[in-house]
Amino acid sequence: MAIPLDEIKRLIIDSIPDASIEIKDLMGDNNHYAATIISAKFNNLSKIDQHKLVYRALKGKMGNELHALSITTKGK
Amino acid sequence: MEIKKIIENLINDNEVCLFMKGTPDSPQCGFSMAVSNVLKHLKVNFKGINVLEDEKLRQGIKKFSDWPTIPQLYIKSEFIGGCDIVKEMFENGELKKIFEDKKII
Repeated sequence: MAIPLDEIKRLIIDSIPDASIEIKDLMGDNNHYAATIISAKFNNLSKIDQHKLVYRALKGKMGNELHALSITTKGK
Repeated sequence: MEIKKIIENLINDNEVCLFMKGTPDSPQCGFSMAVSNVLKHLKVNFKGINVLEDEKLRQGIKKFSDWPTIPQLYIKSEFIGGCDIVKEMFENGELKKIFEDKKII
């Protein structure tokens, strides 16, 4: 199963409205993505908690429909 | 034994524990291979646990850490992160420092 890039972006923005997101479809298959996400919400959070915010935004899709999304998070 | 207890025993009994798809010698997923290679590069002895052999463990570890993906690295019972975090910590030197501080390498 695959998810379009715009859908991933939308889900993240829904939960993290100030996020600036750069996302790449690595293989052009709607299934292997790399995203860099910058948000003030990440400030003062551990890396684990930063990534958990993103996973929560994706509402359980990570590890299921969405197999391969590598994430880089940064505060601002 | 319930799965939570099995996981606790694994991370308590092994200083460095990697829940992965496949084995360190034969990883079945690129992300698991990447973390396994980082650990090998740092010359860390680690216990690789193949979640593909046990569906209960595969689901259990995700619940245990509230983390939806495999691989997952634990050092001295502490969850360190998945592939992205481990790679980032390897590249900026943090991971090596943790192993040195904990006298593992």
